Amino acid sequence: MRRLLTGNAAAAWGARLARADYVPAFPITPQTEIIELLAQWFGSGELRGRLTLLESEHSMLTAAAAAAATGVRVFTATSSQGLLYAMEMLYAVPGWRAPFVLVNVSRGLASPITLESDHNDVLAARDSGFLQFHCASCQEVVDSVLLAYRLAEDPRVRLPALVNLDGFHLSFTREPVDLPTAEAAAAFLPPFESQGIEFRAGRPVSQAVAVLGGSAYSYFRYETHLAAEQALQAHGAIAAEFAQRFGRRHDAVERYRSDDAEIAFFMIGAFATKAMDAVDRLREAGIAAGLVRPRLLRPYPAAALQRALAGKRAVAVIDQNLSVGKGGVLHGELASVLYGQPDAPLLASYIGGLGGRDISAGEFFQIARELQDAVLARRVPPPRLLYTAGELRQMRNLQAIAAGERGMPEARA
Amino acid sequence: MYRIRLHGRGGQGIKTGSRILGSAFFGAGFEVQDAPVYGAERRGAAMSAHVRAARTPIRERGVITRPDLVALVDETLLQVPAANVLLGVDAASVLLLQGNGDAETWRARLALSGTVVVLPAAGERAEAELGGARCAGAAARLAGVISRPQLIAAIAQELASLGPVATATTTAQALAAYDAVAPHAGVLRESRPAAATAFAAPEWIDLPLESARVAAPAIFAAATSVEVRTGLWRTMRPEIDYARCNRCAWICSTLCPDSAIRVRADRSPEIDLEHCKGCMICVSVCPPQAIRALPERAARARELAAAP
Ligand code: SF4
Ligand code: SF4
Repeated sequence: MRRLLTGNAAAAWGARLARADYVPAFPITPQTEIIELLAQWFGSGELRGRLTLLESEHSMLTAAAAAAATGVRVFTATSSQGLLYAMEMLYAVPGWRAPFVLVNVSRGLASPITLESDHNDVLAARDSGFLQFHCASCQEVVDSVLLAYRLAEDPRVRLPALVNLDGFHLSFTREPVDLPTAEAAAAFLPPFESQGIEFRAGRPVSQAVAVLGGSAYSYFRYETHLAAEQALQAHGAIAAEFAQRFGRRHDAVERYRSDDAEIAFFMIGAFATKAMDAVDRLREAGIAAGLVRPRLLRPYPAAALQRALAGKRAVAVIDQNLSVGKGGVLHGELASVLYGQPDAPLLASYIGGLGGRDISAGEFFQIARELQDAVLARRVPPPRLLYTAGELRQMRNLQAIAAGERGMPEARA
Repeated sequence: MYRIRLHGRGGQGIKTGSRILGSAFFGAGFEVQDAPVYGAERRGAAMSAHVRAARTPIRERGVITRPDLVALVDETLLQVPAANVLLGVDAASVLLLQGNGDAETWRARLALSGTVVVLPAAGERAEAELGGARCAGAAARLAGVISRPQLIAAIAQELASLGPVATATTTAQALAAYDAVAPHAGVLRESRPAAATAFAAPEWIDLPLESARVAAPAIFAAATSVEVRTGLWRTMRPEIDYARCNRCAWICSTLCPDSAIRVRADRSPEIDLEHCKGCMICVSVCPPQAIRALPERAARARELAAAP
């Protein structure tokens, strides 16, 4: 049945439909609603299992992985600074090879402190070994949680998975969501077959052992990498089955009107739907634009991206993140798989939407215009931060106050 | 697509109002997106909520910058620049305003060329907490595509967890507003998205590198939060009955989240109304129930009447 749900509620429904046995939790804006809803359902008996409040995200993630290592189905959620606080364990637990799902509600990182979304938090987990799903709608949130369990629990994969949704723009935004029935969800995602992942007091197992010497270390690390790469194939089959059961395709790479496009936007997250809207308007204006959006960022769907972008004249990567001293993370990643490809497009870099800053329709149109110019000039413009003169004027007003406070001459007007 | 922005203060039911309106559109067969926008503040702070409804899937997101309707629950927000109530309001937009005065006066005062509809203020409680629901009821009628039963069903759905009394009160208020604006039914029109052919190029600039002394997010003065008059956010005012207060000298003053209660030398508490946000925590924690809650409007009216 279709109903209006926020992204947070959709995430909680994902955990409910997956019949999570155990949810270690810790509150943080804008994620808290997820665990509030789950707590309500555990309390009312609609969910059987246990939700436990831990004293920090570090403990929460440790508890999640430890529970997963006993063979039960585990769900947990966090955001931003919370994810960073858990970072030590975030990198440690994938090596345990025990699957579970972590939802991250993206929120910009300090400093300065903020509440609204960008993707630097989740990208800090990029190299951890968690599989990464990125959602652009509330529907995708609930679907991705189910897909994430299937993929994470696949015996060839056995890695934890992270499902990302944007704070505010999805977390607090209601959209129509077609919720699978409990039966349909259970048919797609049967009970977790732990196949040897178990805990018996009489048969102790030591997990996460230490190894000395780079050789053993290399073996274990690279096995994790191979499992993540394998997940790409497994995902294809799982997404196809999902589409067959539910009528919704969630391929590793979404191509929106991009097959016959000459220029394309490339981005992840909720703002990608704004890019779709811009694509429609540009098409109405006779401009062959499209959108290419990786849903799966780890494993990186390199071959699918190469195929999707081959023959495009120019692509604008819009990064809602900033690698300080380098630039947009997705731009660098995409460049690395397109380099040397025959028929590779020109690649322009835009940084936009930091800390939830809006990206206007006019800005998408202007980016498209710059791509068209780049095609003619056979050269892309330098990387650009989406930031206007009006925004700088506002900043100047604040700086004038700060300068006054310090009794110092004003910042350049 | 209908693009509707609701403005009010935390505690006036703005989010609830946006959800009622969203569910009502959904019930009427529309695709819907509704979302509140607020910062870190609590009750009383300016906030907005954004409702989009269309016949096709909605891909726009975030703040509505070209509203077809702005519904304003609390006209005092017009004085708060950060609330940005009139953002994008033009000749084609409708402004729905809950308050006193007539539409022509508001049009002149705000220098608006579009339609202004005034929703007469209701009783005090309705205004404090049900403003969002009232505006949702009125907006539903202005759109002219939502029936009474659809509005009633939407309220029942959104308020189910609050019980039958809250549902009945809210329904009565929303329906009163639905009826009050009947002469303007259908005045709200769907608008098309901006075309990619004629758009104003964004005034992008290259951000200059500046000295770290300038470019670090620091505040160089002490006690700056005093400058933020959070007292303006209040919809309810706490009032201490000193005859009942037993001078415990710590409970209300410690638990006030804004440190707006100071304890005088004689152990009696004093509320700093410049900064009290009206969260009503002190009202609920005082053991002898010496603090009562008064609608801010009534308290101000009383002050005006008492002024020489
Ligand atoms: S909590 Fe009540 S009794 Fe204690 S100081 Fe405040 S008003 Fe007086
Ligand atoms: S004085 Fe009372 S109502 Fe005002 S902010 Fe403090 S606790 Fe809240």
